[in-house]
Amino acid sequence: MEEKIKQKEQLLLQGNVACARGALAAGLDFFAGYPITPSTEIAEYLARHLPKYGGKFIQMEDEIASMAAVIGASIAGAKAMTATSGPGFSLMQENIGYAYMAEVPSVVVNVQRGGPSTGLPTKVSQSDTMQARWGTHGDYNSITLAPSSVRECFDLTVRAMNLAEKYRTPVVVLMDEVLGHMREKVTLPQPDEIKVINRWKPTVPPEWYQHFEINPHYVSPMAIFGEGYRFNVTGLTHDPLGFPTARSKEIKDKLDKLRNKIEHNVNDIVQVKEEFMEDATCAIFAYGSAARSARQAIRMARQKRIKVGLIQPFTVWPFPEVYMEHMSERLDMILVVELNQGQLVNEVMRTNCGKTRIRKLNRYDGEIITPDEIFHKLREVR
Amino acid sequence: MEHHKKHIELEDIYEIRLSGSGGQGLVFAGTVLAEAIGIYDGKNVAQTQSYGPEARGGASRSDLVVSKGEIYYPKATKLDLLLALTQEACDQYSLALKEDGILIVDSTLVDQLPLREVLGFPFTQVAKDELKTPIVANIVALGTICALTKIVSKDSLIQVVRKRAPKGTEELNQKALQLGFELARKRKKKDR
Amino acid sequence: MEQMTQVTHRYLRTKKKFPSVWCSGCGIGIVFGAIIRAVDNLKLGKDQIAMVSGIGCSSRMPVYADFNTLHTTHGRALAFATGVKLAKPELHVIVITGDGDGLAIGGNHFIHSARRNIGITTILLNNNTYAMTGGQYSPCTPFDKFGTTAPFGNVERSFDPCDLAKGSGAVFVARGTTYHVIQLQKLVEKAIMKRGFSLVEVVCHCSTIYGRLNREGTAVKMMEWQRDHAVSIQAAQRMSPEKLRDKFLTGVLWDIEFPEYCEEYEKVIKRAQGKVNL
Repeated sequence: MEEKIKQKEQLLLQGNVACARGALAAGLDFFAGYPITPSTEIAEYLARHLPKYGGKFIQMEDEIASMAAVIGASIAGAKAMTATSGPGFSLMQENIGYAYMAEVPSVVVNVQRGGPSTGLPTKVSQSDTMQARWGTHGDYNSITLAPSSVRECFDLTVRAMNLAEKYRTPVVVLMDEVLGHMREKVTLPQPDEIKVINRWKPTVPPEWYQHFEINPHYVSPMAIFGEGYRFNVTGLTHDPLGFPTARSKEIKDKLDKLRNKIEHNVNDIVQVKEEFMEDATCAIFAYGSAARSARQAIRMARQKRIKVGLIQPFTVWPFPEVYMEHMSERLDMILVVELNQGQLVNEVMRTNCGKTRIRKLNRYDGEIITPDEIFHKLREVR
Repeated sequence: MEHHKKHIELEDIYEIRLSGSGGQGLVFAGTVLAEAIGIYDGKNVAQTQSYGPEARGGASRSDLVVSKGEIYYPKATKLDLLLALTQEACDQYSLALKEDGILIVDSTLVDQLPLREVLGFPFTQVAKDELKTPIVANIVALGTICALTKIVSKDSLIQVVRKRAPKGTEELNQKALQLGFELARKRKKKDR
Repeated sequence: MEQMTQVTHRYLRTKKKFPSVWCSGCGIGIVFGAIIRAVDNLKLGKDQIAMVSGIGCSSRMPVYADFNTLHTTHGRALAFATGVKLAKPELHVIVITGDGDGLAIGGNHFIHSARRNIGITTILLNNNTYAMTGGQYSPCTPFDKFGTTAPFGNVERSFDPCDLAKGSGAVFVARGTTYHVIQLQKLVEKAIMKRGFSLVEVVCHCSTIYGRLNREGTAVKMMEWQRDHAVSIQAAQRMSPEKLRDKFLTGVLWDIEFPEYCEEYEKVIKRAQGKVNL
């Protein structure tokens, strides 16, 4: 309780701690993880604070096991999360795929560092953006959120927990080393200002219950272990009851459901933050810590009377397609700034269909891009 | 979607880098300074860090960006103040200082100085002599920075140091701060 | 016999998921029956049981069982089960695994679950091969025996799952066979009631895959081999090393007391909440 009262004050918080506190505020019950830079502070904070609320923290033997334990706990009724960085995110992909298939609410925080492989443990990168979308094998749709400030780390972790519960799916929070380790001044919302969503529970008697019921919402009510429903969960493609199937119709129904529960709800899921877009003729498209530099660059440009605005997708996946299609009608140029060799820029191009000039600016040397670099590029390409 | 003031201003920012090697407590010092400036003095502040894999040794630094306005880019690029606790840090970062930027070095550990005005203080030596441990040299340096630059108020810094110091070391750390204030006072006297 | 079958049927998802994937003559059904009778004998409610498995022939068992069932990824059953148990310690969590699933790809989870001493009952069906994928050699294929990936004979040593569990910190380790069904049921009962990590290794014949590759004959022949080579740990104490040379031990091999993980974590919660002085 003491922690919750404190949230009203101004605090100097690290992004990783804000993420952990967001998870607690959203009702986290269970965390399983494995130490990895630069995400370790999330685990350390929760090891200390989660049990205060009666929650459980466990350090597993690796990231594969961490994701597995998160899924097991969620099926037993807990709101569950893990946090890692690139190498661990790669190991988790096996069971993240399981969570998509078995429709298990779960949150995976990836505090990105440079890759591939062990890469740059203490340096910033945004090179896991495509991995967040396509990291595990098979067809599925994913939800991935990307904060750009300490406060957004808190808010988007709350949102990730809520979306995971609402849509029975894993949700990825893509942070990065700069955000995770940065400290800035924040005021956190009061508990009564935070909307917490819990999973939809079945009301039918057990004999009528279908754990993967096909319905118009594309999201099935979710019973938990030990409450009389005695359902089966499997990573094999399954029928609505959760039993392995090889029937074509049931296979297609299942895969359609995984896609539709995201696609039919994009209006609820997708969020884009705009700055200075009212009169903008060109825009910078940036997310995560790169959006911070973009904000500054835009202010520098506005002083020079360049009509530029910021498009910052909070939701990296699903990609804000409709919004970007709309923008392609009214903008002359979009500059996509990323701390990788160019990942989301391909989505911007795909949805733009050649209507707008798309330019990209990439930095992938372990340092965050500077406002000057963006400003100069903007002057060059606008 | 957010609506924005049409009026655009880029507020003055003040950039600080605390640099040295792992184990010298630079990230801790940066956090203390950021909290004192941000929470107690009420300015905006962003603190970031850059470090290698070593817990002891290896380059380590903590950057602070201070402003009355919003802070977007969180790293220090054109330094107003550089603290260098090792020769390597001094060599590496002194070129990032603004022309009128202030360079403070630990004269115990840095002897080859760049061609510019340098303020040298024996932080490590003083900590060893007066407090019998070099580990509070970072806090001694914070005291000196505070007294020399007024970037942070003394009261705020004392409060945060006492709050953040590991249990049982509050007095030690406060004494270290006082030593830092003292070093700066002596220097000012000499300058006069 | 009829009564026994009726008991089994009460615990099966008979209307939903039969026939099973198992071959005729397979030993897994015998183990399944022993587990069901153990649960029934202990009078545990179906809702109190969570049965978790990985991938492989034996890991298909939960699909047929009318419990809370979780069929997971290859080798990871114990890691999933750890999440289930810690989130809901009141459940009896039973993990069904095989020698390939549990000791090769899942070997790390196996030793760490034992080390943690989390209250999970692990039933490891050891058929000495990867049967579902067609008979490749496993960590429990004996030296010199054959697999489709060891066509000239296996030149790797095999694990003793019981020794591995004991060495990793399990508090209860037992071995049974698909021939000694009554003993197996009793061992499973003891394992379920044990607080902490328990292992029952079941020497489980696979006549279709492993038996054919190694010319060990029919299911009956393989079970007769078990009868002739299994020695209970009590009987072994009276036998000379000479006589024990080609035998294997059955019964409760290891039984000690150590605090169970979830119970210990409850203490962590109390300490964190300041209810207990550090």
